[in-house]
Amino acid sequence: MTSLRNKAAIVGLGATEFSKNSGRSEMQLALEAVTAALADAGINPTEVDGLCTFTMDNNTEKEVFRNIGGKNLTFFSRVNYGGGGACAPLLHAAMAVATGVAQVVVCYRAMNERSGQRFGSPSKALSLPESEMVLGAYLALHGLQTAAAKMAITMRRYMHETGASSDDFATYTIAARRHAATNPTAFFYGKPVTRDEYMSSRMIADPFRLLDCCQESDGAVAVVLTDAQRARSLRRKPVFIRAAAQGGPIGVIGLQSFYKPDIVPRDECRLVGQQLYRMADLTPRDIDVAIIYDHFGPTVLPALEGYGFCATGEAKDFIKDGNIEIGGSLPVNTHGGQLGEAYIHGMNGVAEAVRQLRGDAANQVEGVEHVLVTAGTGLPTSGAILGI
Amino acid sequence: MTTMHQDRPLAAPIEDLATEPFWRAARQGLLYLRKCIQCSEVHWYPRPVCPFCHGDTEWVPASGMGTLYSVSVTRRAGPIPYAIAYVTLDERVTMLTNIVDCDLDALRIGQRVKVCFKSAEGGARIPMFTPI
Repeated sequence: MTSLRNKAAIVGLGATEFSKNSGRSEMQLALEAVTAALADAGINPTEVDGLCTFTMDNNTEKEVFRNIGGKNLTFFSRVNYGGGGACAPLLHAAMAVATGVAQVVVCYRAMNERSGQRFGSPSKALSLPESEMVLGAYLALHGLQTAAAKMAITMRRYMHETGASSDDFATYTIAARRHAATNPTAFFYGKPVTRDEYMSSRMIADPFRLLDCCQESDGAVAVVLTDAQRARSLRRKPVFIRAAAQGGPIGVIGLQSFYKPDIVPRDECRLVGQQLYRMADLTPRDIDVAIIYDHFGPTVLPALEGYGFCATGEAKDFIKDGNIEIGGSLPVNTHGGQLGEAYIHGMNGVAEAVRQLRGDAANQVEGVEHVLVTAGTGLPTSGAILGI
Repeated sequence: MTTMHQDRPLAAPIEDLATEPFWRAARQGLLYLRKCIQCSEVHWYPRPVCPFCHGDTEWVPASGMGTLYSVSVTRRAGPIPYAIAYVTLDERVTMLTNIVDCDLDALRIGQRVKVCFKSAEGGARIPMFTPI
């Protein structure tokens, strides 16, 4: 069987600034990031023939394509489940360039999700897609409407089963904010937090405190993929797709998998992780930096377990003593995560993975060869292992 | 800390061909589940085809007794805090619900609860649970 390993590479990276009020349209943000990524790659926008994103981006593929002066679009995909799809465009783009369906594919994410629609707001029960209406009819009545509430209840169960505590969740937030504090592109640049500040931050949805919640941000990120052969001839050091995968385990429902046998957001990580390590022919020990999706900081703990960095229930010990900070055995979210840098729905994590491998990250780890980057959990999710 | 439950306004449920019997039963104080005619497995949420064997399903009343599987008190989604919970019924299905008529801060995973019903707009009755 043919493998996707090393068939495609990221050859360009572009991003806008991250803010709470961009002052310009989402389409403009998308175009700034896409054209910056193409300039970084040294590829003319007229060569683009594929575009990938994931749902909840308001910029359609054909409009982005028209605006960059594209000619013939031969591949486009939009992966479902919001943040769970954050790494899936890498899989789709890699498959497209590996098979010759497209030559140059741009993956993008652009949103004014703070100054425009606010992401943390309660969802409207009646806006669910038609096939989910029946399910929605039994769910919306009980007020499970915000992303925070949906994930909070799964993490309450995680605490019950593993003995993890608010003190452990504080450890993640402190690490993420410490990384953000030395990353000039982070919203919380220069603003680390202490354990006391964490413990006194207000409760949003038990057990999530304000400092467990990611930001709502405005901004855009784009990456350009092409096949491995051409990638080696371009101006930037190629960042190869060692592996990419999607996964929706049994019983998963968007952020509210109450009929999964175990509602802890870990199974979906395990399903994606197993595919990634097999495809890349690597193990968790080979990963130098992990970018773990943190819509809510506490979910990083079961994700570390699902991706095989420690045994089930042991993440609370694994993250201690600076082990997930720069200098630890597994630096996690070296950009500050979505708690500290910005919430570009996981795409800023892909950007950080690329920077760590190119060697130009704000908080550069020495000798990085493989980076795991993951997407939203509590959902059908996705992930990738990138390498040089 | 103590957070005594307060009733909050509840929107009317969507009552259509698929869900109407469920809400009719709820008005009479019964929690309905769907059970497979073929393999006798019970599932939640109610579906026309059994998720285990693809057989036809029928409505059956639940005992209304269950165990708290997980719970989170939401404080920022509205003016009134409320406890969202997953309750595993004695019929071994887990359903999303609210825990009511108690101190929300005293709730503990594993504790026994029983069904009760709260009125929504338009007169529907919504199944919720309270500690026993």
